[in-house]
Amino acid sequence: MVRLITHNLLACHAKGCTTNNFPLEFKDVQVVLRESEFNPEFLRGFMPKIEWPALLGAARELGDTSLPDQLPEMLDDDFLKALHHVLLEIHVEEGIMICPNCQHNYPILNGIPNMLLAEHEIA
Amino acid sequence: MIPTPDLSHLRPADYEHVYEPAEDTFILLDALEQDEELLKSIQPRVALEIGSGSGCASSFLGSITGPSSVLYLCTDINTHACSCTQATGRQNKIPLDSIHTSLSHPFLSRLRHSVDIILFNPPYVPTHQEEAFTAQTERDIGGAWAGGADGMQVTERFFPQVAELLSPRGRFYLVAVAQNDVPAIQRRMRAQYGLDSEIVLKRRAGREHLSVVRFQR
Ligand SMILES: C[S@@+](CC[C@H](N)C(=O)[O-])C[C@H]1O[C@@H](n2cnc3c(N)ncnc32)[C@H](O)[C@@H]1O
Ligand SMILES: [Zn+2]
Repeated sequence: MVRLITHNLLACHAKGCTTNNFPLEFKDVQVVLRESEFNPEFLRGFMPKIEWPALLGAARELGDTSLPDQLPEMLDDDFLKALHHVLLEIHVEEGIMICPNCQHNYPILNGIPNMLLAEHEIA
Repeated sequence: MIPTPDLSHLRPADYEHVYEPAEDTFILLDALEQDEELLKSIQPRVALEIGSGSGCASSFLGSITGPSSVLYLCTDINTHACSCTQATGRQNKIPLDSIHTSLSHPFLSRLRHSVDIILFNPPYVPTHQEEAFTAQTERDIGGAWAGGADGMQVTERFFPQVAELLSPRGRFYLVAVAQNDVPAIQRRMRAQYGLDSEIVLKRRAGREHLSVVRFQR
């Protein structure tokens, strides 16, 4: 499953592609929503690893506008619930992720992203 | 006792392409169970299994550290393995995010020093280099065991990535056999990457002398 939490951690790793290789852009996606258990402690602990602008952009690309432009200072329950939904409950099942730098296409099939590169393409 | 994951959804046809849990899988499970308190105490946020196969080990880890407290990332070069891992996560109500890739390549830039638990039960069987190379290209069941020279051809490529990924409180669990020369692995990880290690479990299964080695900063 490609959830936005995982999308926020994936960068293009093609040979020589080292700048502007993140976040990957979505194209032709099919999305499924699946409920998951709300765990505020996990979200608070995970927060420092998130690239906020990338998450915001990806959520909006997928039609979710519940997150604020700026990361709030107070992580209250309303915010954490919105964050929970965006990070963990939106699943991209089909589609393509495209590197903004080298345009390499990474397809998503049945919820699994294919990030494989041929040996000679690996950095 | 932590229950062994439910794999009843997997069929003989799946195991034609995907590694069926065996003694090497179970020694890893036993090592994780033995480390239950330690694993909980480091309050992990990100776990990463390389070569997840059936998804058995990550599901088991998920029942130790909790389905909603950790992000479980699983990679495999074998597309069938990725599907089985995803299905096993669903069957056991542990969200496993399955990624079709070699080692941890696409995570290296974003997960620097951020992974709290890394698991790898690698293709460790000594084979001709050529056989391991072919298995890595074909990405089918042969990739589950063919390990090339000393059985270390694939594992060796992952070591620099461990050093990049492991968080300050992180732990890396590696399954190895005697032919891999465990003491030499431990010395090299110490000298090259400053990682300390300990053999946490050792047992003989048929002809194989299996160990689980745990590394940390
Ligand atoms: C010994 S099996 C272990 C499977 C499972 N983790 C278990 O413990 O039962 C090794 C797994 O590593 C995968 N593998 C081999 N080379 C790999 C690579 N370069 N990157 C990721 N996975 C790899 C194989 O496809 C196989 O699923
Ligand atoms: Zn790129």
